Amino acid sequence: MKRVSGVAAVMLGACVLMGAADGSWLKRVPAGDKAKVNPLAGQKEAAEAGEHLYEEACSRCHGKQAEGKGNRPTLISERMKTTTDGELAWLLRNGNSWKGMPSWSVMPDGERWQLVAYMRSINTPATAAGIAVEARKSDGAGQ
Amino acid sequence: MKVRTSVLFVPLLLVLLWLRPMALNAQEPPYFVTYSHVLEEPGNLEVASQNIGASPKNASAFYGQTIELEYGVTAWYTAEVYFQGQTTLNDSTIFTGWRLENRFRPLRSEHWINPVIYVEYEDISHADKSFLEITGRHVISDQAIANGLLRSDVERSVEGKLILSSNFKGFNVSENFIAEKNVSNEPWEFGYAIGGSHALASHASASNCQFCRQYFAVGGELFGGLGTRYDFGFDSTSIYAGPTVAYNSPRNYTITAGPEFGLNANSAAVLWRLKASYEFPQVRDLFRRSR
Repeated sequence: MKRVSGVAAVMLGACVLMGAADGSWLKRVPAGDKAKVNPLAGQKEAAEAGEHLYEEACSRCHGKQAEGKGNRPTLISERMKTTTDGELAWLLRNGNSWKGMPSWSVMPDGERWQLVAYMRSINTPATAAGIAVEARKSDGAGQ
Repeated sequence: MKVRTSVLFVPLLLVLLWLRPMALNAQEPPYFVTYSHVLEEPGNLEVASQNIGASPKNASAFYGQTIELEYGVTAWYTAEVYFQGQTTLNDSTIFTGWRLENRFRPLRSEHWINPVIYVEYEDISHADKSFLEITGRHVISDQAIANGLLRSDVERSVEGKLILSSNFKGFNVSENFIAEKNVSNEPWEFGYAIGGSHALASHASASNCQFCRQYFAVGGELFGGLGTRYDFGFDSTSIYAGPTVAYNSPRNYTITAGPEFGLNANSAAVLWRLKASYEFPQVRDLFRRSR
């Protein structure tokens, strides 16, 4: 009986962890938020400030280069490229607490848009390719 | 537990923390008593020293210290343990008790008002002078009684709080409604706390600075007792209010300070408060196998 409970607990845990990066939160974003445009889009200074915010608030979970850590997802991905600025801002404000992502609503709106600007800047094709190469290298070194 | 030992330990801890290069910003509103809906980030451990000093009329001056260990279990659940002590002038230094608290955020999205459920068990003597909340009929003249008499009267109680909190345009407004029940045959006691705060900057600086406006927040809070179930109301209990300021360092520590002024004759004139906290990020990674 104990073994069955253990297996059930492991399976439940695995489902929860897999759910953390499945993008299901996107379905909860209201249309109005989805359509929001980053007022700081394209501003180099905003992305730089966003980088500092990322280091302070996000890097411990998502990695210094947003490469992801453990079950915490990478922030450089195809999904990130197709996600709108409004959706990213919504996620930062609301979090996805049942899947492990805390809400950052205490951060002023301006700072959250700066973070979105930074997310955009690292999700260019060149950055993504560079990160993928780094990830392959570190995987190779680890084997 | 000797409170004096921890008094010496705090400056040393602060120096060590300053030397650590890790960056992280806790972003908690600058309150001493009021809780907002901001929980500890999952996996992070915050260690805090909350200090209070006062020199009430007709009672000896005192200094109280509370050591807090706060851990983010999940993004919707934070657990915390407190150890409390105090020293009273011309009297003694004593350990006054401990608390174990849990905070749950039941709703998974941000709303105009965000509820948090708070459940706590405490084992604290009547000599406690931490002022982490006020419930029932709390009057400052009770503090004039000698520690030796007060410490033998230990209260074991369960406390619940309904925390309501809102964030908009950099402002945070939080309201706490407190209900406390001694596990022995004593009536329910009630209290409240209200806080408001604002970050000093709406945008982060692009430069790598230590003391930019974005790291500071100012606010204020008001708290007091509401009597018991038999004599509910604002009479015969203390009320305090005051401004607070916090510095959320990019090096993981936060310093919050502020005076709180007694608003009626049942209160001390001023409570001087200083809280220093340090956040150890992703402590749980230390206990995981490397991936």
